[in-house]
Amino acid sequence: MELICPAGTPAAFKVAVDAGADAVYCGFRDETNARNFPGLNFSRDELRAAITFAHERGAKVLVAINTFPRAGAVDVWHRAVDDAVALGADALILADVGLMDYVARHHPDQRLHVSVQAAAANADAIRFYVEAFGARRVVLPRVLTVPEIAVITSEIACETEAFVFGGLCVMAEGRCSLSSYATGRSPNMQGVCSPPSHVTYGEAQGKVVSRLGAFTINAFADGEPAAYPTLCKGRFATSHGAGYIFEEPASLDAATLLPSLRKAGVTAVKIEGRQRSRAYIESVVRSFRQTIAALDAGVVAEAASLTALTEGQTTTVGAYRKTWR
Amino acid sequence: MARLDGKTAEEAAPSGASAGRDGGMRLTLGPVLFNWDAGAWRDFYFRMADEAPVDTVVVGEIVCSKRLPFFLDHMPSVIDRLTAAGKTVLLGSLVLVSLPRERRQMADLVEAEHLVEVNDLSCMPALAGRRHAIGPFVNVYNEATAAFLAGRGAERICLPPELPLASVRAIATALPDTVFEVFAFGKVPLAISARCYHARVHGLSKDNCRFICEQDPDGLPVSTLDGDGFLTVNGVQTLSHTCANLLGDAPALADAGVRSLRLSPQHCDMVEVARTFRDVLDGRSEAEAGSEALATLYPAVPFANGFLHGIPGASRVAGARAGGA
Repeated sequence: MELICPAGTPAAFKVAVDAGADAVYCGFRDETNARNFPGLNFSRDELRAAITFAHERGAKVLVAINTFPRAGAVDVWHRAVDDAVALGADALILADVGLMDYVARHHPDQRLHVSVQAAAANADAIRFYVEAFGARRVVLPRVLTVPEIAVITSEIACETEAFVFGGLCVMAEGRCSLSSYATGRSPNMQGVCSPPSHVTYGEAQGKVVSRLGAFTINAFADGEPAAYPTLCKGRFATSHGAGYIFEEPASLDAATLLPSLRKAGVTAVKIEGRQRSRAYIESVVRSFRQTIAALDAGVVAEAASLTALTEGQTTTVGAYRKTWR
Repeated sequence: MARLDGKTAEEAAPSGASAGRDGGMRLTLGPVLFNWDAGAWRDFYFRMADEAPVDTVVVGEIVCSKRLPFFLDHMPSVIDRLTAAGKTVLLGSLVLVSLPRERRQMADLVEAEHLVEVNDLSCMPALAGRRHAIGPFVNVYNEATAAFLAGRGAERICLPPELPLASVRAIATALPDTVFEVFAFGKVPLAISARCYHARVHGLSKDNCRFICEQDPDGLPVSTLDGDGFLTVNGVQTLSHTCANLLGDAPALADAGVRSLRLSPQHCDMVEVARTFRDVLDGRSEAEAGSEALATLYPAVPFANGFLHGIPGASRVAGARAGGA
């Protein structure tokens, strides 16, 4: 089982490779990738150097060009594809059908991965991407249980990659406009969700109040850690009471499910977090490397706790266990 | 890999899709998104068939596969009544398809004699080369993706509600033979999940949900902790609290090449909503008067059109003129 790790900066990239990543994924410093945050991502020259660094150490580089090209400006995304291919990317991670069509026609030998943003949640959808564009791998949306993944891998003619650690979308990825509803900026179009530029904190009735755009997302009593106001992880109210209507500020930790994911036929496991620090990347990658090595050696190791590194200090295995639904 | 049909998108575009091009703006009634009583659901469509000035009607349960059996018995009579009234009927496919039951339901759907409106690309292998429509839940963000889908038989495309007018214009202009539609009235679908929030709010599991969503025929209002209306929960779907109202944007949309406006059923007098739109589109009343009429028909919910203007979707730009955004 391959270990796929994130890198938002050249420094984090090197750390990820050295800590044992089989492949590192990253993106260009623009709206073509779904982690378009200030100060993150790679220039063309930085990507060239990173690919050389990885290839010298036997690691692969997957380039995420996984936003949906803006109408009338599709050439920006075409240039990103052309450049990533020319720089020697081992695979492109794409979400947009039109862009996959471009790659299939102009770079037929380029390995193509279907991004989680493409929301290919069943064998029929995956079959479409394989038949239409020659997709070699699909990153599974975080809506499936492990048994459902096992059924899918048995039915499809491409590899699968599953997220095991980091941020957790509770909505089907690539199909969510919550962020742009509140801020005008979305993962699909601008590559950002609940962007920091639209976050404000204030105080009301002795509580720390976090807001996104014009909307209050949460309020924290004295001493309660104030989680980042990701829209779907806020506290809201209905006629049945107030609370975390969608999900708590929890993040995904499926380390304990690595054996079952492997048994389900998953080719690669993926860590989320291109926006994370070098120290975070190093700890998480090293921990997963050790767990996978133990699995390969036939040892059922207890996954080391990485709880301290996770958002809001709580974790979930998300949709992988049916009870989450 | 080459295109499956060996054609360019331009060659493969359907030629018979130009109906309505010169006939002014058309109206489409979208599928009922909420869990209405099955009898009320049938009666709603009977009345729409008999009285509403809409050209096309999308029928089918697209949100939750568990609800589908309730409506199946009434589907034939509803389709007959609509067809007899001269409406074009489209069968909407499920937005999120992951269970075996859901894949079977979709396989049955594409075998039906009516045109399918595809809301998830998992329908694509079965529909290859056959005429179909693309619903607002498929990510069509640019002209390249629209051209690819048109090349595979898509004659009508309802664009994602998140798209700004500039994108709508670029896409519609690039494909003059495809009928483009935008979401013009109703609470805007913003996200879909594997998790049922109606069940979660009521402390139930998704599998034993007791169809609690039927208590909220217009969705469950979700407010911020300050009491501001924010979102609407509809089972596994999350919608806006605001109601889309693009009446004032209709001239700009027509100018951008949009040929149909989608009215999404809310728990209000949709016949009068359709008449109000028709009257404004035909010049019998002004957009402002039309919006006042809509506010009476669907009170207590603010209108919004922010997505179209590239600002937060919850916002409203009043008095929009052609050429905006």
